[in-house]
Amino acid sequence: MPGTSNGASGNGNGRPALLRSDLMRLATAGSVDDGKSTLIGRLLHDAKAILADQLDDLHGRDGALDLSRLTDGLRAEREQGITIDVAYRYFATAKRSFILADTPGHVQYTRNMVTGASTADLAIVLVDARNGVVEQTKRHAFIAALLGIPHVVLAVNKMDLVDYDEQVFDRIVTDFSAFARRLDVRDVAFIPMSALEGDNVVDRSEAMGWYAGLPLLEHLETVQIAADRNLDELRFPVQYVIRDHATDYRGYAGRIASGVVRPGDEVLVLPGGQSTTVEAIDTLDGPLDEAVPPLSVTLRLADDLDISRGDLICGPADRPSLERELTADVCWMADAPLRPRGRYLIKHAAHTVAVMVDELVDRVDVHTLDREGAPPELALNDIGRVRLRTARPVAFDPYARNRATGSFIVIDEATNETVGAGMIVPAPARA
Amino acid sequence: MGTHDLTHLEVLEAEAIHIMREVAAELSKPVLLFSGGKDSIVLLRLAEKAFRPAPFPFPLMHVDTGHNFPEVIAFRDRRVAELGERLVVASVQESIDRGRVVEETGPRASRNRLQTTTLLDAIEEHEFDAAFGGARRDEERARAKERIFSFRDDFGQWDPRRQRPELWSIYNGRIRKGEHVRVFPLSNWTELDVWQYIAKERLEVPTIYFAHEREVFRRDGMLYAISPHVQLIDGEEPFTESVRYRTVGDMSCTGAVRSTATALHDVVAEIAATKITERGETRADDRVTEAAMEDRKVAGYF
Repeated sequence: MPGTSNGASGNGNGRPALLRSDLMRLATAGSVDDGKSTLIGRLLHDAKAILADQLDDLHGRDGALDLSRLTDGLRAEREQGITIDVAYRYFATAKRSFILADTPGHVQYTRNMVTGASTADLAIVLVDARNGVVEQTKRHAFIAALLGIPHVVLAVNKMDLVDYDEQVFDRIVTDFSAFARRLDVRDVAFIPMSALEGDNVVDRSEAMGWYAGLPLLEHLETVQIAADRNLDELRFPVQYVIRDHATDYRGYAGRIASGVVRPGDEVLVLPGGQSTTVEAIDTLDGPLDEAVPPLSVTLRLADDLDISRGDLICGPADRPSLERELTADVCWMADAPLRPRGRYLIKHAAHTVAVMVDELVDRVDVHTLDREGAPPELALNDIGRVRLRTARPVAFDPYARNRATGSFIVIDEATNETVGAGMIVPAPARA
Repeated sequence: MGTHDLTHLEVLEAEAIHIMREVAAELSKPVLLFSGGKDSIVLLRLAEKAFRPAPFPFPLMHVDTGHNFPEVIAFRDRRVAELGERLVVASVQESIDRGRVVEETGPRASRNRLQTTTLLDAIEEHEFDAAFGGARRDEERARAKERIFSFRDDFGQWDPRRQRPELWSIYNGRIRKGEHVRVFPLSNWTELDVWQYIAKERLEVPTIYFAHEREVFRRDGMLYAISPHVQLIDGEEPFTESVRYRTVGDMSCTGAVRSTATALHDVVAEIAATKITERGETRADDRVTEAAMEDRKVAGYF
């Protein structure tokens, strides 16, 4: 497949014309004061992802280039000088295409950051070198860990304002490492930089010869992400049944959530528990010998079973939990609080199920990040652990093992709004 | 075999197919907006990938301003016939004839804004509850903040401050009767991704995307086609130039770019090296005010 009819070659714009690049999803966290907008502007500017007409828009009233203006999307925001929501930016190098979810740091930060972080492979957490690791830094790192982002970059920004002092950087590395040990973050990189001056963003800093690591962009290009996927346990939520009466075709369409599937594999269908064999993996381009996450394919099965949307096809040995009760960390996103005995819908994988809140187990104190037991409610932007009872059995995995079958959104049936996001945790051992 | 690494195009394709199947599964009467432009051509291929060998579980719809390039209309009809799918044409001319909208006058008249009424009327008439569009977030700053499932109220309006949080790839498509969702499977694609995909899939596109000789005139720094739908203003002189189009819209508000790219790989190379955005270079409809797209989207535009 590499190098099909695409004959374009490299170009002065730094953007690739080659097909062979992979995709990385980034989330940024930090407040305006940390220089986040300037960092993103610098990254896009130096990676030459900003085109001439957009550049024209980035000059402030005094005519100077203001890279932070790039991230202001809507007129409502420009008029009020705020950022409302998650904005998505796109840039690419010869090695990788990037999707960057830019989330603001104001009052609705938790809801927005959780949203941006939910799909991210890597989070960039910004620190002002003058202030070091502060409460907000810890909060951002906590959310990155909670959302299961496998890679974190601690961007120690504004090094120009501390005279590019190595000791300042080292102290921040020590502080953050001590905190990160409490979290389940697999890979943390520390990069000293000045987004304003362009040090260590795209180009290596001449002022910080003591730093032996990579500049940010090169780090982003080389972090290994393919291995982050779970290729062990097959999970295939049946999304849609394709029936063609003319050809008597019946196939189960969906996306591989985890694992690898091949024709001839023995599989199990939940919640029914029927066993069957994969006959073929169909695509418009012909049958496949194997399919990996996150491909969208259509499975044909050897036996004529009653399978519909919401069922889960999995491997026979490594089954998910199949329960009418689950425990999850929930980020609450609505003004009306979540309370015990509340009834909601959850959308999980390819099905929607009614749930009732059986118990509010705890709530995370956003200042100390400690968990306090039995809170009366979860308010907007609160994160807490809840126990839910479901109207019918749900097949799920812990979020830490499987982002696709371990996550759900909470929907208020009265308003149809999305009011929460849930990450399933392993059930507590029963006495 | 060996590695399980996927290219960015394979990942974007898988995401878009997943989105289309979610809509087909959860909404009762979707429609796919097909203009004959490159983005909606990609949508059609993705729909084939999502639903074949069965027919699409939705019709296609074109909002026809009557000011389209004839090459594009011919292409539209041919492509629909090849696919064997059903096309609904919603006509701006009919909206004018029925008095739903009033035609703009003068040399800068455009039917661009009128399309919104025609589109919303057609959605209501056919009781569509979801409409797939080919919009991408890299196109424009208002679009960068729009959800993949973009909720519209009874009046077809978009409220940027009241968007539903969209996490993982779990989409909330629940609506009340009379409301609808606009769904953008190409949200995460860039212009270059679209062209690379067209090359990879060997998709046919209308001939106006390739360099050709055309009689044009210059206005506001852009080249426009001479057509029955535009009047020249004093000082504007027609001349012949080798041009191609980066976007397909009305003849009255879509600018051409100077180009000698006659083959697909030339076009891909040109896009990869471009220094100006797609809409900035070729769309007069975005130039009216700084927030032109935001305003039109709020009112129910594509």
